[in-house]
Amino acid sequence: MALDSTTQGAEYAAEAAFPPFDPTYFASQLFWLAISFALLYFLLSRFILPRIGGAIEERKDKIADNLDAAAQMKAQSDETVEAYEKELAEARSRAQSVAAEAKAEVDKEIAEATREADAELEAKLADSETRIQAARDAALADVRTIASEAAAAAAEHLAGLDVSEADAAKAVDAARG
Amino acid sequence: MADTNPIDQFKISTVADLSVGGVNLSFTNSSYFMLVAALLVTGLLALAMSKRALVPNRAQSVAELMYEFVAGMIRSTTGDAGLKFFPLVFSLFAFILMGNMLGMLPYFPAPGFKGFTFTSHIIVTFALAMLVILVVMGYGVFKHGLKFFSFLFPAGVPWPLWILLTPIELISFLSRPITLGVRLFANMLAGHILLKVFASFIVMLGSVGALGAIGAVAPFIMVVALTALEFLVAFLQAYVFAVLTCIYLSDALEPGHH
Repeated sequence: MALDSTTQGAEYAAEAAFPPFDPTYFASQLFWLAISFALLYFLLSRFILPRIGGAIEERKDKIADNLDAAAQMKAQSDETVEAYEKELAEARSRAQSVAAEAKAEVDKEIAEATREADAELEAKLADSETRIQAARDAALADVRTIASEAAAAAAEHLAGLDVSEADAAKAVDAARG
Repeated sequence: MADTNPIDQFKISTVADLSVGGVNLSFTNSSYFMLVAALLVTGLLALAMSKRALVPNRAQSVAELMYEFVAGMIRSTTGDAGLKFFPLVFSLFAFILMGNMLGMLPYFPAPGFKGFTFTSHIIVTFALAMLVILVVMGYGVFKHGLKFFSFLFPAGVPWPLWILLTPIELISFLSRPITLGVRLFANMLAGHILLKVFASFIVMLGSVGALGAIGAVAPFIMVVALTALEFLVAFLQAYVFAVLTCIYLSDALEPGHH
């Protein structure tokens, strides 16, 4: 068999030129190549390639459009966020001022109440003091009377002297210094 | 017994005779595969884009990926100015890629039911390369006039050196279509021959006997690996052809900017 194929090869070698270099079909190959390639070129450049290019271009446009829309929406949302934040800050500062005002009012009221209470207490204290003083004075006066009476009684009892009330008082006063 | 001649896969067979003015323009298996490649590229892309949805399905994603891939290739080599050649570069890339990939199928619903790789024929690849070079030259001369040829006289070099440099630049310019065409042709040819040679080893060893059948495992593994490699090459060569087209186009767009 191996022999067979070698003889076969020898036959082929003897029979004709190497097919790719055989000029018999050169004209035919060129002719049909021109027809095939021209046909391919025509169909591709006229119909197929514009179709593919168009599809790609369309997609690119669509993506660019969508990106634009997304950017626009983002700007819008940024704006909204900014406005919201501004409002929030305003509200916060307003709340703070209201709170401060309320606090100042309350402070004022407290101070007033404190002052009133203080005054009242002071008045009460002063009043009590005067009353105490009066009571003390009265008590002291009583003590003098009692002492002079006691002194007079003692003098009468001990020495049998009749001392007038005025003399007794004078003597008590002298004794008290 | 299976046909083990590695050259057989490149043979052209006439499907329908056609002769115009004594020139043989027959419709062959090669013509068939070229037409199928052109129609498959168009049909598959049209099918993928049939819905043209805003959110693409899998097929549409692939079509758009390919579009962006080629557009990116042009932008990175020539800038946005090169995008007017986008249909040309895309057609070249798609046509060669489809041709290479169809060539990876050993059998195909074609006349004779055999696969065929039209990019393994030098006349085809050379014609495509010439198309590129002619577009580059035509556009360059149309756009810049004789200034287009200023690349032959590199700027910033003392003029006596031009005696040396100009022939080198000229040769490098003239060899472009040859290298462009031969690179694709040679890669596809060599790969397919290699695949067929290793595949025929399997058949030969397998027919020797039990021991041979065990030994045939080695070339079988080789064929599997080579097939994977050839798929890579099939894509890579289409890519290389398209990239070089872009680079040559950048010369036409801005001569003297090497």
